[in-house]
Amino acid sequence: MSVPVTGPLLLPLGIVFGFAFGWLLQRARLTDTEVIVDQLRLRDSTLFKVMLTAIIVGGVGVFILHHGGLAAYHIKPANLLAVALGAVLFGLGMALFGYCPGTALAASGTGSLHALAGVFGMFAGAVAFAFSFDWIKANLLPIGAFGAVRLPEITGIPDPVWFAVLLLLALIGLAMLDRRRA
Amino acid sequence: MSVSVEQAYVRAAVNLSGRANPYVMGAAIGVLSWIVFAVADDPLGITTALSAVAGFAAMPFVGAAAVWHNSYWAQDVPGLSYSSFFLAGVIGGAFAAALFNRQIRVEAVPATWSRRFGYSPIRRFAAAFAGGAFEMYGARLAGGCASGHGLSGTMQLALSSWIFTILMFATAVLAGSYLFNDAGTRR
Repeated sequence: MSVPVTGPLLLPLGIVFGFAFGWLLQRARLTDTEVIVDQLRLRDSTLFKVMLTAIIVGGVGVFILHHGGLAAYHIKPANLLAVALGAVLFGLGMALFGYCPGTALAASGTGSLHALAGVFGMFAGAVAFAFSFDWIKANLLPIGAFGAVRLPEITGIPDPVWFAVLLLLALIGLAMLDRRRA
Repeated sequence: MSVSVEQAYVRAAVNLSGRANPYVMGAAIGVLSWIVFAVADDPLGITTALSAVAGFAAMPFVGAAAVWHNSYWAQDVPGLSYSSFFLAGVIGGAFAAALFNRQIRVEAVPATWSRRFGYSPIRRFAAAFAGGAFEMYGARLAGGCASGHGLSGTMQLALSSWIFTILMFATAVLAGSYLFNDAGTRR
């Protein structure tokens, strides 16, 4: 088997990788909307702990894989106005919904009916976006478009430094949040 | 003797998967990312795939031609693909984990929401629907969600993903604190 895998063999792998992701989200308690809402109210840092650990462990590994020619980067373009508007809209939606898209899908598998209602809302949002895409592409995406850039490239600061600083900030931030709660 | 050793191993295995340490689970998601990057060449993400599935689901309502000729869906053709199988896997994996740990729980209105806005499934479903729609529209506008930007993008140190993730959580924390301000303070 050569990597990356292509063709029909990729389909069962999609199930396997999705299954692992869903399993880990449930085990990390992120299918419980109370855990997500408590994070947004800064009462419990489970979500930040999971995400920051995943980013650092995953990031260092993907960096090494990329260096060894074993993984390609997939960088999303920095269309700053669209990214900023989307982030704010997403943040408002997440507070109202109590899930993000991944945890919502996972939670609907564990019996959360309101998560399922939100998944239907996500379908509606996707349809609305698809039919407004031409306007957005013409009017929003070009504003502040810096392209698919990475922080090390635009700052000249090498990847390992970014991960070291991120680790330090994560430790300090999580310690502060845990102490604030205690 | 050997039985009790085996039992200890089984208990340890169940504990490892059953009692979730957020750092261990986060590291496991990180390792899963390595594998997905190297093997599938398609980072963990939800909304790009969900958008394609939504295009498929919208066909009976808006007509297949409207979907096929849509300039956005044309980028990610709706249908059976790695990423739609991935979505099915997410639901299945969470279901299996909950089943295995006896945590399947039918929930219409979560406790914190109920304390703040009352026990009304209709109201909760409407809010979840609206929240989900906002999320999805925002994620597509930004090009990713809490997985595609928040995990896969940030770990690649992408500028777009760090801007999205920081602004998104800042907004969600402010809005969440405001929404649930006086709910559950007695806990």
